Amino acid sequence: MAINWFKYSAPSTFYELAGKLVPWFAWSSAILFIIGMYIGFFVAPTDAQQSEAYRIIFIHVPSSIMSMFIYLIMAGYAAVGLIFNTRLSSMMASALAPTGALFAFISLWTGALWGKPMWGAWWVWDARLTSELILLFLYFGFIALHASIDDPRRADRASALLAIIGSVNVPIIYFSVKWWNTLHQGSTVKFTGTSMHVAMQQAMFITLAACWLYAIAMALSRVRSIILERERNTQWVDELPEVAQ
Amino acid sequence: MNWGEFFAMKGYGFYVWGSYGVALLIFIVEIALVRHKRAITLQQLRLLRDAEKEEEGTT
Repeated sequence: MAINWFKYSAPSTFYELAGKLVPWFAWSSAILFIIGMYIGFFVAPTDAQQSEAYRIIFIHVPSSIMSMFIYLIMAGYAAVGLIFNTRLSSMMASALAPTGALFAFISLWTGALWGKPMWGAWWVWDARLTSELILLFLYFGFIALHASIDDPRRADRASALLAIIGSVNVPIIYFSVKWWNTLHQGSTVKFTGTSMHVAMQQAMFITLAACWLYAIAMALSRVRSIILERERNTQWVDELPEVAQ
Repeated sequence: MNWGEFFAMKGYGFYVWGSYGVALLIFIVEIALVRHKRAITLQQLRLLRDAEKEEEGTT
């Protein structure tokens, strides 16, 4: 079956497609969250060194991973919008930014609550923590810059540049625990394998999958409003049943 | 295991539930904001359309 992917690069068709996809992503995310939390709290054993405090990992690690991935996807969309002048790509970048910022905040918040009992400090100016804080500020900068320019296409271009330049920070976050002596521990899960208990891994990866689906559902819902706002002078928007009523 | 023990998390309850509680709150607030944004956008579109119709009617 040949699918014409370019068809969905038109805001009108994508609006409809996104509307159909959102409930699927949202509900599968909710189900996976429940499964992940169940395994994380009732199946995974108590950690030998960190007792029950380690259970913060099941939200801390997935949201940290999400904050970095969403940034790269956002910068990618922004770059495509800048280079090929495609409106929808820029709209997707704008739709992803708030969700990415929230994941960055959750990462820092849960990290502080984990740091206090384990390191004795809510916050240290360690390379990993500082670069993640910069990531949060980059999201804020992207959102604020976009909001401060009235012409949406100019706003897209200016904020795209910020997103692209800021993406240099993502590898810095990722490799910070290798490049510098950080208080933050290195990666437990490596490409070569992991020392984690199997139930701990399951809980973490299922929650990560739930976070992915959640982020997609949020970005698609948000982009629908952005499409309506920015295409408000077109006939297809006027003819939508939800507008025409 | 009883529930009191479960919520105490061997003394780490504040940190564990503080993490999950705030994360859950953020998710709920974000979902509410996204829905609110859609309702507001649709309302604005209707107002805009009605204003245009009125203008057409008067001229």
